Amino acid sequence: MTRSSLDPEQSRPEKSDPEQSRPEAILEVRNIGKSYGSVRALQGVSAAVGPGEVLCVLGDNGAGKSTFIKILSGAHRHSEGTLLAFGVERRFEHPREALDLGIATVYQDLAVVPLMPVWRNFFLGSELSRGRGPLRRLDVAGMRSTTKHELARMGIDLRDVDQPIGTLSGGERQSVAIARAVHFGAKVVILDEPTSALGVKQAGVVLSYIARARDRGLGVVFITHNPHHAYPVGDRFLLLQRGTSVGDFAKSAITIDEMTALMAGGAELEALAHELERP
Amino acid sequence: MTVAVGAEIDERPTRAHPLLTVLRRPEVGALVAAVAIFLFFSLSTQAFLTPAGISTWLYSASLFGIMAVAVALLMIGGEFDLSAGAMTGTTGLIVGVVTTQWGLNIWLALVLALVVALSIGAGNAWVVMKTGLPSFIVTLATFFILQGCNLALTKLITGSVAIQGMGSVPGFDQVKVFFGSSFPFLGMDVKISIVWWIALTALATWVLLRTRPGNWIFAVGGQVTSSRQVGVPVLKVKLGLFMTTAGAGWLVGMLQLFDVSTVQATTGVGQEFIYIICAVVGGCLLTGGYGSAIGAALGALIYGMTLQGIVFAQWDNNWLKAFLGGMLLLAVLVNLLVRRQSGVRA
Repeated sequence: MTRSSLDPEQSRPEKSDPEQSRPEAILEVRNIGKSYGSVRALQGVSAAVGPGEVLCVLGDNGAGKSTFIKILSGAHRHSEGTLLAFGVERRFEHPREALDLGIATVYQDLAVVPLMPVWRNFFLGSELSRGRGPLRRLDVAGMRSTTKHELARMGIDLRDVDQPIGTLSGGERQSVAIARAVHFGAKVVILDEPTSALGVKQAGVVLSYIARARDRGLGVVFITHNPHHAYPVGDRFLLLQRGTSVGDFAKSAITIDEMTALMAGGAELEALAHELERP
Repeated sequence: MTVAVGAEIDERPTRAHPLLTVLRRPEVGALVAAVAIFLFFSLSTQAFLTPAGISTWLYSASLFGIMAVAVALLMIGGEFDLSAGAMTGTTGLIVGVVTTQWGLNIWLALVLALVVALSIGAGNAWVVMKTGLPSFIVTLATFFILQGCNLALTKLITGSVAIQGMGSVPGFDQVKVFFGSSFPFLGMDVKISIVWWIALTALATWVLLRTRPGNWIFAVGGQVTSSRQVGVPVLKVKLGLFMTTAGAGWLVGMLQLFDVSTVQATTGVGQEFIYIICAVVGGCLLTGGYGSAIGAALGALIYGMTLQGIVFAQWDNNWLKAFLGGMLLLAVLVNLLVRRQSGVRA
């Protein structure tokens, strides 16, 4: 890391004005904040994501990324600022409310049951049935073919949707979880560190599915601490540090090096580089 | 910049070997073992394959089988019930005491026993779910409570440790049609409990594989947090499973009571582990989320055939326990192997 003169205040050429709203945004936050008792986990964060757009939320551990997701997904209520979904102000009491509006969150553990077949996982909790009364039964054929079809639309080609989902690679499992969210009516998918546990190649697979979801007109909120994963696929970048926003940048306004430096605190990295140098 | 990697997925799992697909079924191991044991005793003893012999070991298997199927559902759902054995005694004793001692109508007595059983099952579920304690410990406590109450209350009320005079209770013969009768079939004297066993195994299989609650049973046993996240009613599923097991305990209690017209205060004690063994031999994982009702029924069949086969062969019947232990160890090893082979990265 060599950008010694990087000063956050100077390198924000196109930081968006928090007060200026984006009419086309599906999901938008303005000066949002959250306190847990006396601890302020997040404050003054503004960002928006529109259809066919990828908003990357970057930050080191403890930057407030998970608090941010919890607010968007309805798991926690925000204590300051406003949250708008489809232009309407909302205060989510329960994740179900966000989900009903088409805001789906794919958590790190993916909410899958490893020993169950792929198609059973795909429809778990929202199973299709046919027949009535005591003959009401799972529409197994329908669920199998829908799963296959939906995965194919995301570019995932499984030979056998009957295999336990635990036999898929991490990237594929992640992609099945995204495809599931899309199938059940998501307009925005919030992805919580989908690439953090993956190797380079598998992370690439997931990134390509993110791009595909974007191309299908979904808004994507992609949470990560890896600028190298965020930069290729992102349209806008929200950088968080110690619970506040360092900036919300359009892709044209920032380079990957600047982003890395901003995330970790350029001066600190500079000092570290100096320290680690061979004498 | 676009994403360079990922246009092609080259890490797809290789296609499973056809044999492996069959071996992946949880009940396959038990089926092979059942056939082997059937052949062994058929060839080595005279009585085993006679109509009388067959009905004997089928009856024996049926009582264990009904419980094993219920216990298998519960284990797939990720829980244990150690009070299942004592429950067969409790329900039989309730009906015996309230009819012979207090003269209650026999049908009302049946309903009363069922209500008590279901309440105890619901109680087990409630404590397990509200406290987060392992069901192994909670139902171990229930087991001791039931075992103690069965003996102490029976002695207190009747003055002995067994129910006498059940046969002279009004309406006994009517109820016996449902729980203690038998009918001729292909030269065999088939006890009604065998019909119950087969019907319940079929029903449990249908529920597990073809209904939403069945899907949820696998899910709550396999990964409870994921199930909650996708909206599976975890509490209801577990409640239903514990109540089903208790209900099966009631059924077996009735089947025993109306077959022999008496019940001992110690009935069912020590059997809870046999149910679990039958379920495990039938392919259930101790960790939940995997197993089969047919497998558990086959596990019970193995147990029933061995129990009676050893008698027919006139061996020391202590060999049964040793055999049971060996079977269990073998089944657990086979399960482990299959799970590894199927490549689940759980």
